[in-house]
Amino acid sequence: MAQVDAALAEWALGVARRHGATAAEVLCVSAESLAAGVRLGEVEKLKSSRERRLGIRVFVGQSSANASTAELERDGLEDFVAHTVGLARLTAADPSAGLPDAALHPSSFPNLDLADNDRGIVDADTALAIARKAEHAAISADPRIKNSEGAEFDSGRYYIMFANSQGFAGEYEGTSFSLSVAPIAQSDDGAMQNGHWYTANRHFAKLDDAEEVGAIAAKRALRRLGSRKIKTTRVPIVFDPDMAAGLLRSLAGAASGPSLYKGASFLLGKLGEQIASPIVTIYDDGTMVGAMGSKPFDGEGLATNRKSLVERGVLKTYLLDSYSARKLKLQPTGNAARSVGDSPTVSPTNLYLEPGSHSPQEIIATVKQGLYVTELIGFGVNGVTGDYSRGAGGLWIENGELTYPVQEVTIAGNLKEMFKSIEMIGNDLRWRSTVVSPTLKIAEMMIAGA
Amino acid sequence: MANDLVRPEQFFLNRFGMNDSALERILGSALERKADYADLYFEYRSAEGLGLEESMVNHTNKSVSHGVGIRVCAEDRTGYAYSDEVTFDRMRIAAEAARAIADSRTEAHAAVQVGGPMPQRQLYELESTPLEVPIEERAKLLREIDELARAYDPRVRNVMASFAAERKIVMIVNSEGRVAADMQPLCRLNVTVIAEDDKGRQVGSYGGGGRVEWRYFLENDRWKEYTRNAARQAIVNLDAVDAPAGEMVVVLGNGWPGILLHEAIGHGLEGDFNRKGVSAFSGRIGQSVASPLCTVIDDGTIPNRRGSLNVDDEGTPTSRTVLIEKGILRGYLQDRLNARLMKTAPTGNGRRESFAHVPMPRMTNTFMLPGESTPEDVIKSVKHGLYAVSFGGGQVDITNGKFVFSASEAYLIEDGKATRPVKGATLIGNGPDVLTRVSMVANDLALDSGIGTCGKDGQSVPVGVGLPTIRIDGITVGGTRA
Repeated sequence: MAQVDAALAEWALGVARRHGATAAEVLCVSAESLAAGVRLGEVEKLKSSRERRLGIRVFVGQSSANASTAELERDGLEDFVAHTVGLARLTAADPSAGLPDAALHPSSFPNLDLADNDRGIVDADTALAIARKAEHAAISADPRIKNSEGAEFDSGRYYIMFANSQGFAGEYEGTSFSLSVAPIAQSDDGAMQNGHWYTANRHFAKLDDAEEVGAIAAKRALRRLGSRKIKTTRVPIVFDPDMAAGLLRSLAGAASGPSLYKGASFLLGKLGEQIASPIVTIYDDGTMVGAMGSKPFDGEGLATNRKSLVERGVLKTYLLDSYSARKLKLQPTGNAARSVGDSPTVSPTNLYLEPGSHSPQEIIATVKQGLYVTELIGFGVNGVTGDYSRGAGGLWIENGELTYPVQEVTIAGNLKEMFKSIEMIGNDLRWRSTVVSPTLKIAEMMIAGA
Repeated sequence: MANDLVRPEQFFLNRFGMNDSALERILGSALERKADYADLYFEYRSAEGLGLEESMVNHTNKSVSHGVGIRVCAEDRTGYAYSDEVTFDRMRIAAEAARAIADSRTEAHAAVQVGGPMPQRQLYELESTPLEVPIEERAKLLREIDELARAYDPRVRNVMASFAAERKIVMIVNSEGRVAADMQPLCRLNVTVIAEDDKGRQVGSYGGGGRVEWRYFLENDRWKEYTRNAARQAIVNLDAVDAPAGEMVVVLGNGWPGILLHEAIGHGLEGDFNRKGVSAFSGRIGQSVASPLCTVIDDGTIPNRRGSLNVDDEGTPTSRTVLIEKGILRGYLQDRLNARLMKTAPTGNGRRESFAHVPMPRMTNTFMLPGESTPEDVIKSVKHGLYAVSFGGGQVDITNGKFVFSASEAYLIEDGKATRPVKGATLIGNGPDVLTRVSMVANDLALDSGIGTCGKDGQSVPVGVGLPTIRIDGITVGGTRA
């Protein structure tokens, strides 16, 4: 069985050249994982996997094509690469297409501690025991927790190898571990609400305690019981950290090169301008040791880095791969993301909003009447216009205190105004994901309800 | 490849040497412990896509993937292992991993005897798939779309068009010895238009496809219709006013707004949620959940539709399932595991994204039967409300029943007439309640053009929806204008 390794990548690059490619790059990924789920204390599922794929992008002049395959035997692969070169010849020459400037490739890589070398894939018995412990903590938290969608423990390990025809080659390994719990609370009238909580890390030992994860999930389900719809009104909105992170993801999407050169972004032409409240600073940092979004080089072999996307409310940079950088006459920013067999796209690495000094309680205490948002559903964010309208749930704030739970309402506004009207920032930044935010208070948004 | 098209079950024998004896040995290994059921899912998928931006067809990609998933079910437990190496040794290791969920207490299982393939329907027997059409021809159509969109209105600033086609060959072999195999073509043409004037920029999108041949897009000038609809939506939205906020009468146009049924009703009726009792619809079969005007169907057997399949991903033939009949909740959507545990029959709704995924109950094509009103009468009946004709995505919280879907083209209704366009807004409602407010159903049922993709538990599968024009007497519209 063929292995994905540097020798295979070199060989594939050679085949591409022999068939007439003027430049090429190869991305190999291999991964294995185990997911273990329990529900109501019993084993519900075990899923184990093993995958490896090779992706290639070839250029004939400024025409290119992408391909990926799981067929890694060299005989079949030779034909596959040859066909991909043929495909490139049929593609329009694009003046902006090409590998990045060779001078920009890094010659050494930082040690980012991406893999837990003490722990491979967690064995099924251990994974099930952790999931069981977390779910038990949720179910035993309160008699109103009457059902469960279960708890799941996942562990994964992956290897990435990237090389191109202008001499860049790099590889790295990573691991990930996560635990999630989803208990269901039920009130006397039969109405049900779910709660969900999780912990995730590249290092097994740094996961949150399983019982704590379960207890938080239970608390989140319980506090939604008795949710009601409220009247249509315009009030201040406090986003909890997870919901606030969604706002950052929308902002990053609008700041990414492909949205910009297509004219599909509300941030077009805003570089250097005030786009957010002066208290807002947002960093993108692909070099944080041990973080989920860190990597030694990006999806086209450029170094990742730390930069401010927004500094005191001013948009300082876009997020660019080399294609969108050429289109916009700027420099790439180390934000090329890559999935096997696709052209580079753009994504943030580790994106976070710099925490402020207020506790969430202090922020809530400043609101006379408003909504503390803990749930958002739907896709009502328009990246072209910034228009924002999503289904929301949370807790009503009355005279600075959290009161009854709210559901079946929407919150609406426009991201351009929402970022400018961020009034307070929490001190509660927690790293569980690649995009994170502390609690945020927005001056006012429209709630549509009864 | 012509032979593969005729006999998909032969494909895996020819390519990976999966003869009956190898299959029987793997299934035997999977069933070594106390298990109720085991199956093997083989998949070979080839796909090609091309994309146009800034008047250039500058993106092409192709992919080939294959693999096998091995599943063992014991009571309500599922063991699953997959590998993209389709070899006997790798499958034996996977079978051992999958059977770990079963009790180690051994029980003599009768040896599995693999039979011949099941006869089946041919819902998408194509002369050729779009993958066989010269790529130059596909690229030419994208350039024509670009020209047509730009000619539509001088305010059109940018056009993105893409065409994606795939061919999936699957074979499912289960511990009852049954073999089902299928060749599943699928394609989709998409057009996105950005328009700009001195007030700002707007986007419009349209597309379509299905399990169809290339000529489908040329027939009836479908590609022109997609292009004009995308351009029209972008241009219309340039003049859109802020959407209203609050509860009001909403008229949904026919076709794609059927996404309402998918979110509000369909997910909540999937067997897994109901077996576990975690759906807002749990235990409500036989109860009234909609106005008597509403009959809602899930049908995986409509020829050439995006959501249709000859057999589901567990080898069960797809079917037509009545979910709601004249307002009364009638049925759930089942895969094998949940049907067995709920002591009912599978409905052919066991679907998975790929060999790397465990099957679960999913929708196929979900729609409401037509009524007797005319669409004109429905709009005329509304004094003040919203007329929504196109939507982006939607989502539902299964447990509390709250669902949303976001309008991308909508108009105010004033004194019985659709008037000014309004900006996109999310509509939010309660699944078990929203259809009780349906007071008119028109006679113009249309299925969507073939663009739907449904996500559940991280798995995406192609689906269809359909709706006649309907009037809902009150639903919350999430605009910004009080």
